[in-house]
Amino acid sequence: MSRLAATFEALANSGRKALIPFITAGDPHPDFTVGMMHAMVEAGVDVIELGVPFSDPVADGPVIQRASERALAHKMSLRRTLDIASEFRKTNQQTPVVVMGYLNPIEAMTYEGFANAAQRADIDGVLTVDLPPEEAKEFSDSLKAREIDPIFLLAPNSSDERIKKMDEIGSGYLYYVSLKGVTGAGHLNSVDVENKLQEIRKNTRLPVAIGFGVKDAETAKTIGNIGDGVVIGSALISKIEAHLDEPELAKNEIVELLTTMRLALDSLSAS
Amino acid sequence: MTEKYNMPDERGHFGPYGGIFVAETLIPPVQELDAAYQRYMNDPEFIAEMDADLQHYVGRPSPLYHAERWSNELGGAQIYLKREDLNHTGSHKINNTIGQALLAKRMGKTRIIAETGAGQHGVATATIAARLGLECVVYMGSVDVARQSLNVYRMKLLGATVVAVESGSKTLKDALNEALRDWVTNVDNTFYIIGTVAGPHPYPAMVRDFQAIIGREARQQCLDQTGRLPDALVACVGGGSNAIGLFHPFIDDASVKMYGVEAAGDGIETGRHSAPLSAGRPGVLHGNRTYLMSDDDGEIIETHSISAGLDYPGVGPEHAWLKDTGRAEYPNITDNEALEGFHALTLMEGIIPALESSHAMAYTMKLAPTMRKDQIIIVNLSGRGDKDMQTMARREGIEL
Repeated sequence: MSRLAATFEALANSGRKALIPFITAGDPHPDFTVGMMHAMVEAGVDVIELGVPFSDPVADGPVIQRASERALAHKMSLRRTLDIASEFRKTNQQTPVVVMGYLNPIEAMTYEGFANAAQRADIDGVLTVDLPPEEAKEFSDSLKAREIDPIFLLAPNSSDERIKKMDEIGSGYLYYVSLKGVTGAGHLNSVDVENKLQEIRKNTRLPVAIGFGVKDAETAKTIGNIGDGVVIGSALISKIEAHLDEPELAKNEIVELLTTMRLALDSLSAS
Repeated sequence: MTEKYNMPDERGHFGPYGGIFVAETLIPPVQELDAAYQRYMNDPEFIAEMDADLQHYVGRPSPLYHAERWSNELGGAQIYLKREDLNHTGSHKINNTIGQALLAKRMGKTRIIAETGAGQHGVATATIAARLGLECVVYMGSVDVARQSLNVYRMKLLGATVVAVESGSKTLKDALNEALRDWVTNVDNTFYIIGTVAGPHPYPAMVRDFQAIIGREARQQCLDQTGRLPDALVACVGGGSNAIGLFHPFIDDASVKMYGVEAAGDGIETGRHSAPLSAGRPGVLHGNRTYLMSDDDGEIIETHSISAGLDYPGVGPEHAWLKDTGRAEYPNITDNEALEGFHALTLMEGIIPALESSHAMAYTMKLAPTMRKDQIIIVNLSGRGDKDMQTMARREGIEL
């Protein structure tokens, strides 16, 4: 069983929800990321999504766009993102790491070349924003052959037929984009999310993590009540951006926010 | 070649190129668009409405003009100019915006968005949006806003909102990024009019089909005026819509050579250029797989060209395919050579070309002398140069 499958199974067995932070590798500096990952684990997160900076992040809002630009200014790349994951893995063998980014850096390495490097870095999942299932067969196969989970996005306008397609080709979990828009966008509507999740559940048994628009403990609790996991990205990166000269301060604030979210999510299983 | 050219396949592939590479939220609108496009391209009523607009509003057919003096001066092939510069709004871009806007209307979309580089596509979109009474937002890199301020003013006069994009290299690719972000946020009421043969399927095929009127007319006009087909076609290539529009109706005519001219900027060897087919590599950007200007890490490299309309790191996937199969050739022309082409056409024929089209003129100056006097080149004069007066004057140290 993959590390991701085991993690979600253990969570389900204990009635808990996954807390999944997203940070951009190398933001604000390459030396920052590994320490931040360990600190997030201590704050109680279950899975880490590590963003690969890309020059043209079309699915991202301004906060993650700027994180990409800061990381790229330090020559961060997909290869170096995998190096960071490797470094993290040296002292943490439990927490699944999902690499999330755009297809072109993977194409530049070739699918096989990337899959081999991801396996060496002991990566657990890969989420490629601009690779829909119709174009993903070859890539998914090369990941699955190495026991890496290909993770796919679902959107509010995804049809039943498409949800089934993701269920077939994806593994680990499905990432439900809770609103039509880019990362870090406005307010999500929990009734809409709840209705859509019912549709999704009918078509897949994979765990569903929900992201886009989760900002604080309150939204995490609302969303955690609906899905199997909660993804938080832009709200964390905003803390990094607020303290570019004092990354330790940013780290403390991120840990603080994740701790309150952890408590909020765990209050769901207690009630 | 006995088999007729029939690209792309039903999922938008030109060999290994093209396809649909977008985030999940954009899949349903892209599929909806494909269905509407398939339906209306075979709907006589839609075609009749579009043809009427192209005739009475745009002013088609555009002339095919024998540039006799210039041909004699160069001493080789006879040069014929396809006068897309005479279209309403001053370039070929309106052929496509009319088609897509009529499609938007049929699909019940009330809001139009577009990206623009030189501003020609933005103006053409704002124009048709004004005529159809649709809300229009145009994304334009802030660098381009500065160097094409005349077109920005035109778009505003036409009632469009122009958003200056400050991210990345602040040029055409970033305008496209921002337009895609708008589309994913407003998919329900918004139609994205892409200005070139890039983007996810069906855009490369659809924009080509709307632009192919250039080649269909040119082919018939050439037969009418000279009794034969041309020997060569020349057009500039940024994204490549004017080139594919001219080329496509000739693809099965094996005797007709095709030259798509990329922008070499300061020179290919300097790395400061916009020539992915000449010096790029295959990759995925803006919804399709094609040749790109990208580094070893797969990050997109900043491009350079004197012409804002060619300043783009990708190229339409069909051009990538035509290059690989050898059906078309893709030479390149530097900024300085393009300026020579600009001045030559202006002085020899009294026609001021756009800086984009000047790249095609400059290549024609190299090609024509290598050909016989009884041979024929059709060059796509894709736009007029009015918009470039400020850029030209600045370059020559003149204050307007």
